[in-house]
Amino acid sequence: MENVISSDIKQFIVFRLGNEEYGLDTLKITTIVRMMTITRVPKTPSFIKGVINLRGDIIPVMDLRKRFNLSESEETEDTRIIIIKIDEILIGVMVDAVVEVLHLTEESIENVTNFTNDLSMDYIFGVGKVDNRIVTLLNFEKLIKFSNNE
Amino acid sequence: MDMSQYLEIFIEETKEHLQGLNQSLLQLETNPEDASMLNEIFRVAHTLKGMSGTMGFSKMAKLTHDMENVLHALRNNELKVCTKLVDVLFKCLDALENYLDSIVNTGTEGNNEYTEIIQALNNIINKKHEAEEVPVAKPSAKPVPAVAEKEVHPTSDFSVNQYEQNVINKAKEVGMNALQITVVLNKGCLLKSARAFIIFQTLERYAEIIKSEPKVQDIEDERFDYEFTVVVISKESLDLFAKELNSIAEVDKVIIKPLESRAVENEAPVNVQQEKPVQAAVVTQHEESKTETEETPSAKAASTQKPKTGKTVRVDIDRLDVLMNLVGELIITKTRLEGTDIISNPQEYNETVEYLERITTSLNDAVMKVRMVPVETVFNRFPRMIRDISRDLGKEIILKMSGEETELDRTVIDEIGDPLIHLLRNSVDHGIESLEKRRELGKPEAGHINLRAYQSGNNVIIEVEDDGQGINTERVKKKAIERGLINKDVANSLSQQDIIEFLFKPSFSTADKITDLSGRGVGLDVVKTKIESLGGRVEVETELGKGSRFVIRLPLTLAIYQALLVLVGKEKYAIPLSSINQIINISPDEIKMVQKQEVILLRNTVVPIVRLANVLDVPREDKVQKQLTIVIVRKGEKLSGFMVDSVIGQQEIVIKSLGKLLTGIKSIAGATILGDGNVALIVDVNSLV
Repeated sequence: MENVISSDIKQFIVFRLGNEEYGLDTLKITTIVRMMTITRVPKTPSFIKGVINLRGDIIPVMDLRKRFNLSESEETEDTRIIIIKIDEILIGVMVDAVVEVLHLTEESIENVTNFTNDLSMDYIFGVGKVDNRIVTLLNFEKLIKFSNNE
Repeated sequence: MDMSQYLEIFIEETKEHLQGLNQSLLQLETNPEDASMLNEIFRVAHTLKGMSGTMGFSKMAKLTHDMENVLHALRNNELKVCTKLVDVLFKCLDALENYLDSIVNTGTEGNNEYTEIIQALNNIINKKHEAEEVPVAKPSAKPVPAVAEKEVHPTSDFSVNQYEQNVINKAKEVGMNALQITVVLNKGCLLKSARAFIIFQTLERYAEIIKSEPKVQDIEDERFDYEFTVVVISKESLDLFAKELNSIAEVDKVIIKPLESRAVENEAPVNVQQEKPVQAAVVTQHEESKTETEETPSAKAASTQKPKTGKTVRVDIDRLDVLMNLVGELIITKTRLEGTDIISNPQEYNETVEYLERITTSLNDAVMKVRMVPVETVFNRFPRMIRDISRDLGKEIILKMSGEETELDRTVIDEIGDPLIHLLRNSVDHGIESLEKRRELGKPEAGHINLRAYQSGNNVIIEVEDDGQGINTERVKKKAIERGLINKDVANSLSQQDIIEFLFKPSFSTADKITDLSGRGVGLDVVKTKIESLGGRVEVETELGKGSRFVIRLPLTLAIYQALLVLVGKEKYAIPLSSINQIINISPDEIKMVQKQEVILLRNTVVPIVRLANVLDVPREDKVQKQLTIVIVRKGEKLSGFMVDSVIGQQEIVIKSLGKLLTGIKSIAGATILGDGNVALIVDVNSLV
């Protein structure tokens, strides 16, 4: 089967944006923190919410709702910042809530990149199916590639 | 023996020695009769030889060994110092630096043997008095073995005395072997005693050494030729020793003979050599090439265990002691705090907290000092560079350096080398005129370049000054107009300083367009960018025909500085105190408009106003203020007024980068963490003025 991606069981952190559920490879996640004061940084893309101080490190935070052009929502008790590390770059991702850790086998991951032309599909590398749920698996390498002029 | 743990020390020390060698060689060139300098160079070469030999870097050792031979001849007045000779020595230095680079990067010294340099060295030795005409790398010239040859007489004069014979007999009785082992070392062996030590260690793993000829003490002191003989007692067989010993590098021959037990008589000691060996002696010859290419075990271990070495700083032990003391104090204070009850004894509590504050401040200073490195480490390579360039260009140049002991943060030190090289090269290449021209102009033939470093407040200032032709501002102006950077009318109203600024424009640095501009401008934009990225500034002063001076201002450290915290809208921003001139309060009607630019008049100077809220896109707050707070900042000669909502106060801030993802944001120089754990951004004054 060509559209199968992994060969083993993979773990994904499942988080919520609005009504949709997204998954993120646990190996890329450094930590998950509660919402904290974010300092706005001028001259950055609108989806960069600002920077936070995580134990002495300055980390930029991306508002994933804005990145996906979703409607803005209120910060709640459940809002979390997931800190991801990709190629030595740390970045925080603001999400509505973190739901659970999901184990997915290779059979339950389906490659979807070839069935749409939508640009935002670049950020997605597959869809995980468990029971009746569908979890969109994100490709963060692509998500953090942007220029400051956007 | 595992040498990898010493590798870092070796690298650090070698670096220091090479730097010293560089300086001494330069001095030797200017002052060929200086015997003390010669001794110094000899000493360094000798130390390097020893160090590299011990570490198993045999090629490096070989090179230094040959250097030493030449230096020895110099010391004994068999040779005279001349430029050619110094050139060869400089080549050696370069080769050694290459070896060191290779060791730093890969853990091995690499394969380059620099045969032509070794040959040149040997030629010098051969020719001795004709050293002036050293033919570099003459293929037919055979490298002369550096060490005097001597016939090897294996196992000569070896006898076992009564006591030893007794021991041998006893051993034989319990079924052990007694062996007489003669080891002949390779003639190229540089550290005979060290090699012998390795051999002894190997032997002691399997056997007990009961006799050694020459005596162990003599071997340790290198008082032997290339062979020695030992008698050992062991359970192991002869073959094992043959195998073990032959696997040691730089061993030419191993001759092993079993000894028989024999009755102890009161006769003269028996000469073992007359005895017929029962078994044929095992003689093995190492191939010359094998020893050369074969890595010693230590080098192998080093390369596998530590392919790369990290960045290290050598720290004055006194500074470490201060640090240690402070940490001790910190622990004591912590204990004191734990034992203090805030409610019943608030005064003691407050005192302790105050004390803690003092310690953290001192601790901060101490750590900063540990990171400080004298600029000497950068300056050191310049004399050699100036010497080389000026010789290439046929100019005579005297480089004067001062303030080498001025200290800068390690991070700054690492970065300023290239910009300084740029400026120095510029001065030599384009600033200083040719010999003929200088003569014509009635200037002294030798051009002078002054490189100065000194501390001024929270800045370190480095000046590069030459007495060359200076910058022709008229031509710069013409060029700027030609290139369409500015129109003619505006150009004529520009000050000299403004015109010089053009030199730092990237478009001015394209090579061929510069040549008719007296060359000034080559890479100057690179210099400026680099220095500004370090939080510094570059200024130029020049007088046509008299010379020019480049002044670099650098912050003492990049990590910590004093800043003014201001409020813009609801956001806090930090402005580096070093660039703040003053803070004034004005009423809104004092702001005038000049060509759509808001300005104020400050002591008869027109100062443009920058509304921080606008440039930083701070969300608008509509309120009318009777008083406006303006922070006057300075960049070089230029002033500018930053309009802020209010001033919070002065604070020491630790600068942090915004990370790779958010690089290249103009107007923001970085971020800092405030006392409440929140982040405040640092305003980049340089980009806003």
